[in-house]
Amino acid sequence: MTAIDEPSGTDSGGADPVAASESSEPTGSDAATGPQAATRKQVRKEQRRVLFRSPGFIIGVVITGFWVVAAIAPGLLSSLGETDFSDAGARVSPGGDAWFGTDSVGNDVYARVIYGAGPILTVAPLATAIAIVVGTLLGLIMGYYRGWVDEIISRVIEAILSIPVILMAILVIFTFGDTTPVIIGTIAVLFVPAITRTIRSAAITESELDYVTSAKMRGESGFFIVTREILPNVTGLVVVEVTVRLGYAVFTYATLAFLGLVATDVAAANWGIDVAGNYTQIVRDVWWPSIFPALAIASLVIGVNLIADSIDKALKS
Amino acid sequence: MVRFIIRRLLLALITLAIILVVVTLIPNIAPGDPARKIAGGTASPERLAEVTESLGLDASVPEQLFDLARSVFTLDFGESFSVARGEPVMSLVWTALWNSFKLVLFSLIVMVPLSILGGLVTAYKKDTWIDRSIINTGLAFSAIPDFVAGVFLLAFLGVQFEFFKVQGAAPPGSGILTQLQHLLLPVIAVTMVYFGYIARVTRAGTITSLDSDYTRTAFMRGLSTSGVFRNHVARNALQPTVAVLGTQLGYLFGGMVALEVVFEYRGIGNLVIDAVEGSDYPVLRAGVLVVAIIYMLATLTADLVVAWMNPRARLALGDG
Repeated sequence: MTAIDEPSGTDSGGADPVAASESSEPTGSDAATGPQAATRKQVRKEQRRVLFRSPGFIIGVVITGFWVVAAIAPGLLSSLGETDFSDAGARVSPGGDAWFGTDSVGNDVYARVIYGAGPILTVAPLATAIAIVVGTLLGLIMGYYRGWVDEIISRVIEAILSIPVILMAILVIFTFGDTTPVIIGTIAVLFVPAITRTIRSAAITESELDYVTSAKMRGESGFFIVTREILPNVTGLVVVEVTVRLGYAVFTYATLAFLGLVATDVAAANWGIDVAGNYTQIVRDVWWPSIFPALAIASLVIGVNLIADSIDKALKS
Repeated sequence: MVRFIIRRLLLALITLAIILVVVTLIPNIAPGDPARKIAGGTASPERLAEVTESLGLDASVPEQLFDLARSVFTLDFGESFSVARGEPVMSLVWTALWNSFKLVLFSLIVMVPLSILGGLVTAYKKDTWIDRSIINTGLAFSAIPDFVAGVFLLAFLGVQFEFFKVQGAAPPGSGILTQLQHLLLPVIAVTMVYFGYIARVTRAGTITSLDSDYTRTAFMRGLSTSGVFRNHVARNALQPTVAVLGTQLGYLFGGMVALEVVFEYRGIGNLVIDAVEGSDYPVLRAGVLVVAIIYMLATLTADLVVAWMNPRARLALGDG
């Protein structure tokens, strides 16, 4: 998505004249030489300043932060457990006794929404981390060395990207089983191609710049050039990829859970599964047991995407 | 142009070959015995043998690959194993594909003009509050999973208004207007998911196009705004839009699995879910491969259209 974005870093940078003049330096190119290495540090500082002041980033961090707290310490936010029966009884509409109402079993919907943050915020970050490490390394190596191996892997990547992630995930989970490690591994593997493609094309651009040529002439090893010269110059892109993919991982896990392809304890709270189990009652006007977990999914995905978008904008400012 | 088409076709064939290899390998590299896992621990030996055969695991890997390639080129994926036992897989796929096609077509008719209009307006009003609110709303919607959008629509429109139908499929024998009425909610959900994405691509293309010399020249020649947009901006600005639509068509057919489930719509997505629930690997595999083939044909078409719109794009595949 970022590749087709318009090149002009529009709104965020213009607020501060110093920021604008400094960040208008060609960031990626010839930044590794002596005096300009210091400039890169300043540019990064400026970018952080722009980022921490952007409203999108702050809202994104607040929303995502709330769910992270819910995932780590749900007991802080809800006095009832995910499987506790509410005193209010079953199918009570939202109100004084139960903020978000209760579901047909008699569980408190608010408690289930709070506890439901746990599974999604375990699987999505782990899958993203694995995918980022593998995808970034593969992309850097392919982009730097090129050659026939790069050709072949590129073709494989294009081929895998031609099948919707969710269909491919269904195919893999069907044959590999629906345990949590398989789910994490599947999401990770299916995200590698997109990350590799992005990092690879950045690495190709970087490899053509003078600092890489001079490192080669200094006689540095390929490993040194990839990890110490090119990688620092694409970290911005990697950070954007981390946040973008995290959003997709949340999306994918929620969808797999909704489709019943995620094995959990029968009674454990899980947003996707809770939506799936209760949405058919919407037509009978019992909307709260499905709409609240659906809102939770939507808010988390939007929160993560706000962060991703603000980082992307700050890097381009 | 002929050389470009030949090269592009070759590329598509290579992609197809790789997909076949990947799909063949998946059950073969699954840990343990996938057949036992699917059939369940207490399955009889006959049942186990049947599941093994349905996975193709009774043959060697090259044989499996060859069989799969033959299936794709003859469009014969054998018989369904449990979704509709004994039925040819392809007859199930065709029915589902026809339903998906109706949903995709109606979605495209609603979503494409709306998104392109959104892209043109936001580009023209760049950096105003109109631009920001349209683009940010679109982005928020496109981040939300399709089934979440579907469930919201059920609650806010489906239940409140008699006009919106909560089931995507009309009763058999309904007229086209009733069918469209039933498809309305899923189509709105698809539009919500895609509007922001396509509008943003169109906006970016339009901004580049508006900034270019040929647009400035056209304005200086005294042409009207609409004339410049029609004859100069649109042709160039819409190339990325066409390319993106090409890549999204496969997703429209096969990526809306959860949305089809919400509206009980019997397209490819629901067929795949039925196949999973019935442990029907031949149907599952055929569904996935058919979506991959649609994606290939769609990107192929999109590339050819872009090459026709812009001769320079042909250079990417070394057509001098």
